[in-house]
Amino acid sequence: MHEQMPAGVTITEIVEETPSIRTFVFDREIAARPGQFVMVWVPGVDEIPMGLSSPSSITVQKVGDATTALFAKNAGDRIGIRGPYGNGFAVSGRTLAIGGGVGTSPLLPLVEAGQVDTFLLGARTASELLFAERIRRAAALMIATDDGTAGHHGFVTELVSRVDLADFEHVCVCGPEVMMAAVLAILDREGCAERGQFSINRYMKCGVGLCGSCCTDPHGLRVCRDGPVFSGDVLLESEFGRYARDASGSRHRV
Amino acid sequence: MVALYPGPVEVGGIRLKNHLLLAAGILGTTGASLARILANGAGGVVTKSIGPNPKEGHPGPCLVVVDGGIINAMGLPNPSAAFVEELTALQGEPVVVSIFGGTPEEFRTVAGWFAGKASGLELNLSCPHAEGYGAAIGSDPALVEECTRAAASLGIPTWVKLTPNVADIAEIGAAAERGGADAIVAVNTVKAMRISTALRRPVLGNRFGGLSGKAIFPVAVRCVYDLYEACSIPIIGCGGVSTADNVVEMMMAGASAVEIGSAVIDEIGIFAAIADDLYDPDGIDADEIVGCAHA
Repeated sequence: MHEQMPAGVTITEIVEETPSIRTFVFDREIAARPGQFVMVWVPGVDEIPMGLSSPSSITVQKVGDATTALFAKNAGDRIGIRGPYGNGFAVSGRTLAIGGGVGTSPLLPLVEAGQVDTFLLGARTASELLFAERIRRAAALMIATDDGTAGHHGFVTELVSRVDLADFEHVCVCGPEVMMAAVLAILDREGCAERGQFSINRYMKCGVGLCGSCCTDPHGLRVCRDGPVFSGDVLLESEFGRYARDASGSRHRV
Repeated sequence: MVALYPGPVEVGGIRLKNHLLLAAGILGTTGASLARILANGAGGVVTKSIGPNPKEGHPGPCLVVVDGGIINAMGLPNPSAAFVEELTALQGEPVVVSIFGGTPEEFRTVAGWFAGKASGLELNLSCPHAEGYGAAIGSDPALVEECTRAAASLGIPTWVKLTPNVADIAEIGAAAERGGADAIVAVNTVKAMRISTALRRPVLGNRFGGLSGKAIFPVAVRCVYDLYEACSIPIIGCGGVSTADNVVEMMMAGASAVEIGSAVIDEIGIFAAIADDLYDPDGIDADEIVGCAHA
């Protein structure tokens, strides 16, 4: 395998997408398939996996040490990027996408490549809806907010009943695991779990399929290398929606 | 190339399905992952190193892929005693649990959790990037002997994994043998680092790490060769093995089996691929070549 030292990139622009989510644009384009991810190195802090929201950006919510340190960065600051890694989404026909919160980010390249026909977008509240305008330009958009401040009052999963699943060859999903597990349950009930493509998140260290931190039960599939996108039928009867392992490898309920 | 006769082998008190084991620290965090590697053709698997307390490991980057190898500084992340439950589905399989501690007492404690739960133990006296553990102990022959004795006294087959980052590895191997080791595993990673010229700082979160992969194969062959001269217990060769010919070369240096780790980066089915090249029903017994380069 060829050398993969992290590339040093300079942040050129920081966009406040919602009160809790920012896009960091950098000065290098990374050739990636929609749904692939990069390892983002915040010098002196940590390195974390992040989906690309475009060839030259990541879109981030402040959730831990590394993302908090990233939020303290300014245009002109440098970070490290290695990748792209993982498999990404693979679609070839009519596609439904379902995004929740910051999980909408890795779905955006799929939308902007013209590969999504209908998009179900969910967030806690209207101001947290991510990329709604950009999605609306490329796909039929349906919105749900937990508090009813925009679109359907309730969870994005409730919008699934308003579309005809038989219309779509692929259902690409990314969001909080509880939401994704609810979508998988619906697809399973409708007998089409294998049409789902779920981008899942597990604690990762190496990003290249060696260390085993992100291995899932019961097949030992590596989220960083065999995923991060898994077909719904592979996730049925798995740890998905039930538990995940932390940095030490200890299990915790999702 | 030499072809070997296929079939189970016994090395250092442990019965293996073939001569090819998964090395510690590679895909060994979960029972399901270890089972996947066994199903993919490994003759045995060594787990992630388990220690006396849960550890999250070093901040990232924890690994960087370089020309000819991989530098890592994971920092011994492990769930400690909770790891026992990962092994429940692997009962009866050739699973070696890698363990570490800071004292002989800690080695004995951790070893005790796995009595009756695994085929054997591999003492990590060689991790180059965890303060107070691994190579910090493994460079001192007296400590190596004491830690080995503490774990081996429990009656579980005990292998001792050595660091190449010492002046005389044979002296350390002899200490492990005196302590009652059933086999020696050589070697762990070679001390290494890289600096990001773009960011003007070491790439790894821990600054320093250990190099594995093809780049260290000649280092590992030399260490196995030296140990074969100094010790009478079996040696398991580890370091940059990625082909069947590498396995044969390690055996000629003195290894009775090998561990494979970094080569998994190119192909998770590497064990079956190597086995396919290495074994033949018309092949010879490995005993005919182990150490033959010393003649």
